[in-house]
Amino acid sequence: MSEIVTLSGHRGLALEEPLLFEVGEPGRTGVDLPEPPPFDRDRLGGCARRAPVGLPCLSEPQAVRHYTRLSQKNYGIDSGFYPLGSCTMKHNPRLSEKMARLPGFADIHPLQPPQTAQGALAAIEALADWLKGLTGMPAVAMSPAAGAHGEWCGLMAIRACLEDRGQARRRVLVPDSAHGTNPASAAMCGYGVESIPANADGRVDLDRLKAALGSDVACLMLTNPNTCGLFERDIVEIARLVHEAGAFFYCDGANFNAIVGRVRIADLGIDAMHINLHKTFSTPHGGGGPGAGPTVLSAELAPYAPLPFVVRDETGLRLVEHAAEAARLGAKPFGRIKGFHGQFGVFVRALAYIMSMGSDGLHQASADAVLNANYLLARLSADLSASFPGPCMHECLFDDRFLKDTGVTTLDFAKALIDEGFHPMTMYFPLVVHGALLMEPTETESRETLDQFIAVIQGLAAKARAGQAEDFRQAPRFTPRRRLDETLAARNPVLRWR
Amino acid sequence: MSEVRFTSDHEWIAIDGDIGTIGITDYAQSQLGDIVYVELPDSGRALEKGEEVAVVESVKAASEVYSPVSGTVTEANAALADQPALVNVSAEEGAWFYRLRLSDPAETASLMDRAAYDAFVKGLD
Repeated sequence: MSEIVTLSGHRGLALEEPLLFEVGEPGRTGVDLPEPPPFDRDRLGGCARRAPVGLPCLSEPQAVRHYTRLSQKNYGIDSGFYPLGSCTMKHNPRLSEKMARLPGFADIHPLQPPQTAQGALAAIEALADWLKGLTGMPAVAMSPAAGAHGEWCGLMAIRACLEDRGQARRRVLVPDSAHGTNPASAAMCGYGVESIPANADGRVDLDRLKAALGSDVACLMLTNPNTCGLFERDIVEIARLVHEAGAFFYCDGANFNAIVGRVRIADLGIDAMHINLHKTFSTPHGGGGPGAGPTVLSAELAPYAPLPFVVRDETGLRLVEHAAEAARLGAKPFGRIKGFHGQFGVFVRALAYIMSMGSDGLHQASADAVLNANYLLARLSADLSASFPGPCMHECLFDDRFLKDTGVTTLDFAKALIDEGFHPMTMYFPLVVHGALLMEPTETESRETLDQFIAVIQGLAAKARAGQAEDFRQAPRFTPRRRLDETLAARNPVLRWR
Repeated sequence: MSEVRFTSDHEWIAIDGDIGTIGITDYAQSQLGDIVYVELPDSGRALEKGEEVAVVESVKAASEVYSPVSGTVTEANAALADQPALVNVSAEEGAWFYRLRLSDPAETASLMDRAAYDAFVKGLD
């Protein structure tokens, strides 16, 4: 296919967008400010600026168009299907957004006196009660700001508890099928990390786990359902083995979406688990907003939860901010992990989602998420190569065996999908299979969307089999930029303009 | 003439007396794709056989490199810090990762020779 070149670099109304620094001219401004009063330079000491600031000087329409055009280039869940596996890119309901914008929530300040923030504290408590109810766990630390932050919070609580017991356990076991952040969180916490291989079923190899457990193991970090999209069906036995070795059982709850309303985490023998509100409870993420990773804790770990936490006394709700006060209440917080009390805007959205769904709605949502993933798995198994037989949970995993001898790689396949108007699936993760393609449709996609996606995937697989590898290597052809040189960008990153 | 041995984690070691030179195999670099970063051990570091000693990062993934034998690091290949791409070009020669003084030369007996490694790689495809 020949390259289409225009005089301007624009393509139709998809405009080429320069950097702000490359447009405008010195002295141009969008606002007419009054002349400032005479300025006393002496009072700045030696700190008076001698050179121009170097900010771009633009008219208001130039600035507005720049950001509008950038927003048009963005691809988000509001633009189309986003089957990024392991990320749960589901629709963010507009009702939740509306609730988060209520002035009483949106205009609140974290340093306001608690007497004036009773509604916000009550919302945090209500969400905490839901999370405890849905998991069956007795306590929850609300302040972790993301999934990995929640992992770290859980591990810190475990470490504090072990130190209290006088046990110096130094190893954390992480299965191959766990989330990629787990080993990093354990290392951040000062632990040595040992990986446990998956068996042929894509699940934890019990014999290898048994061999690795010992008196120096602090905890096992398991993701369930795991990143192969499979339920760890031996989880109760795994919990028993871990506890028998005197270790704790951490669960990565990133895939809670698949089991919420159906499985009580406490019943599985889990001691701590973070919940990605931005996944399971549908708040914006992935560039659309911050996440939140509240971490549920067992009764034994609960006293070590970080500061601050909400308590109710005769004056109403308030935050316990200091260790001395926490100690009077019998708590032994391991410290503080965030400036204020969690991602409040995310809490409001998650609470709105939960309350609008109700427990019956959550129960149905997890079933629909699993049904949609199994629909993809069943319809695509003849064209792609499924890594494990179904049924799967909320996501389905394929590997690159179907591309063998076609000259097309997983990367090429994903790039071709962009030309077809779909955000690619997760590639090359998890590492337990070769050239992975991991798809998570979520419950919010309609049958029509899934059928369109399936038709495109089937068509691309047929093209690859038909020997049209060059088309794949050229992809994407219709994006503002073609394939970027990731190698050059990683080896010689240019981190500033000029 | 040094003797070259291989691990199932795709490291090679060239043994010359009690000094071993270690790198990753050509097969490993071809699987990783364009390599953008290599983290190497400091000299003087004592290593156990199988211990994680280096990290190699490509545009696709980051992988650990495990020491094929026990010993003490005598030298790391400084050229790789500036030119990680060397691993893609010359994995089994110029792009060696580190050298060590073997503490137990008998450990090399359990490693594969060239023919065994080639057969092992063939079985992976």
